[in-house]
Amino acid sequence: MTATPRISPALNEGVPLRPSMALAVWSLTKRELVRFVRQRSRAIGAFLQPVIFWVLFGTGLSGSFRMPGTEGGLSYAEFFLPGIAAMIVMFTAIFSAISVIQDRNEGFLQGVLVSPVSRTAIVLGKLCGGTLLALMQGLLFLGLAGVMQATGLVPAMQWNLSVGGMAGTVAFLVLMGFGLCGLGYMFAWRLDSIQGFHAIMSVLLFPMWLLSGAFFPAAGSGWLKWIIAANPLTYGVAGLKRAMASDAASVAPLPPMGLCVAVSVAFAVVCVAIDVVMTKRHRI
Amino acid sequence: MPAPAICACGVSFSYGERQALKDVTFEVQEGEIFGLLGPNGGGKTTLFRLLSTTLPVQQGTASILGQDVASRPDAVRRLIGVTFQSPSIDPKLTVGENLTYQGALYGLTGSVLRKRADELLSRLGLRDRAGDIAETLSGGLKRRVEIAKSLLHEPRVLLLDEPSTGLDPGARHDLWRYLSQLRSESEVTVLVTTHLMEEAERCDRLGLLSQGDLVALGTPDELRASVGGDCITVQPAESDSELPERIGERFSVEVQQVDGGLRIEREQGHELVRDLVAAFPDDIKSVSFGKPTLEDVFIQRTGHRFWDEGDGSE
Repeated sequence: MTATPRISPALNEGVPLRPSMALAVWSLTKRELVRFVRQRSRAIGAFLQPVIFWVLFGTGLSGSFRMPGTEGGLSYAEFFLPGIAAMIVMFTAIFSAISVIQDRNEGFLQGVLVSPVSRTAIVLGKLCGGTLLALMQGLLFLGLAGVMQATGLVPAMQWNLSVGGMAGTVAFLVLMGFGLCGLGYMFAWRLDSIQGFHAIMSVLLFPMWLLSGAFFPAAGSGWLKWIIAANPLTYGVAGLKRAMASDAASVAPLPPMGLCVAVSVAFAVVCVAIDVVMTKRHRI
Repeated sequence: MPAPAICACGVSFSYGERQALKDVTFEVQEGEIFGLLGPNGGGKTTLFRLLSTTLPVQQGTASILGQDVASRPDAVRRLIGVTFQSPSIDPKLTVGENLTYQGALYGLTGSVLRKRADELLSRLGLRDRAGDIAETLSGGLKRRVEIAKSLLHEPRVLLLDEPSTGLDPGARHDLWRYLSQLRSESEVTVLVTTHLMEEAERCDRLGLLSQGDLVALGTPDELRASVGGDCITVQPAESDSELPERIGERFSVEVQQVDGGLRIEREQGHELVRDLVAAFPDDIKSVSFGKPTLEDVFIQRTGHRFWDEGDGSE
């Protein structure tokens, strides 16, 4: 090769590449939202099923449910409401994790991995997308529950509609979103089949939700109580209940707010950190 | 002396017990179209993945325009455009969206991004497809989107792994025409892996990979010339006959046994064909004669046919 290597005029005009973390995270997040909108079945799975659960269990168990330590003022539908919001977050996190496997199998991921974007941005894009979807669906559900209550479809509930209460609700939906999406990513990153992830979902994620105080109060027998206390999701659900409750007595047995915040934040941070390390280390 | 566009020096790689690359060394100069030719399982894709930073370097060094692949993967990623053998476009996004998201990963936004995307779409004949959802496109169009995606950030080195997989001959022809055009207009260096002889013929220089060894390196003409003379292939009438020895003795030529056939290289081969048929009329089923092809180069260097080896598991 004798020709002096030179860059053609077209290339010389080129602006030097400045990969930006924020731009990459935002783009990858936006892609998650666009894909969600184009796959209607995901919305049905993650949103409609919890709503059906709420209506059916809320009605079916209303006669036999007695909240321990209260005078029976709390209906099951009301007790179950934050738990269903947590369930929506969890289902959305599961779909988000499945999309990690899809991205790998469809090949999109390999293109991202050979780009100069930071590995942290890859993780954050996926988790922000999942969390944002979880938040929007969670809020949509709570709004829908409000409408159903106003029209008399479900029994009246006492909600904390103050700014603080709503901010707390949003904050805990987001924290649970990051934690659960991060947990799902951790497993999905290592798995190459969606079938494999279904196993994780059934033996780990779903029981995690069941044993978080979302479905029944955390006042069971000895060993069950310990599992519930060790489950990080318990603190997300408890924090959400505390934020949403207007009556302090009904949430008195739950862990204190400070602990709920601390555990939820710590869980989310640890999950995100592990995801980043895994993504940096592992190559396709 | 500027750094070569691509440089591999003593690169070895193993998947557990199986050694996929053995001490591979070569350089590609800027502006070249370099082909890595070999059967499936020969190590092409492993080498491609090492160069594209998706596999860690185990032994040896590899660099792109002087940037070491192992120690400076981010710098390398800015310089390379990559087209994988399997698709990497998001099937649920439109063609235009695929390019927009790709651009964002490289820090491209706004009018710069739009201009480049528009230009590539029209150059690749995709302009009226920008709004189509990617999964609705034909295989050939999808490939073109892949190429557009890998060129969006104007890489100086383009790495393509079996780019014509799934393309019909017309689309394959278009792809190669486009690669040549790209090289002559923008001096992009192209490294392409292939198992197709006719694609290899279109490269400036070739490396032949067989079972992890780089068995030959040179321009297609140089490689063919290295075989020397003509190639004659004889199919014996009976497979276990002593025909190879008898031919060898009688005409003082070297007879290579390849896949049941006998292969002879010889200057003025047409005379030998005549003599062979006259000498062993009953022992020969058929004789073929030709100028050496790249496959002949492969056979000469490895002692086996191109398609025999490898289990296709790569």
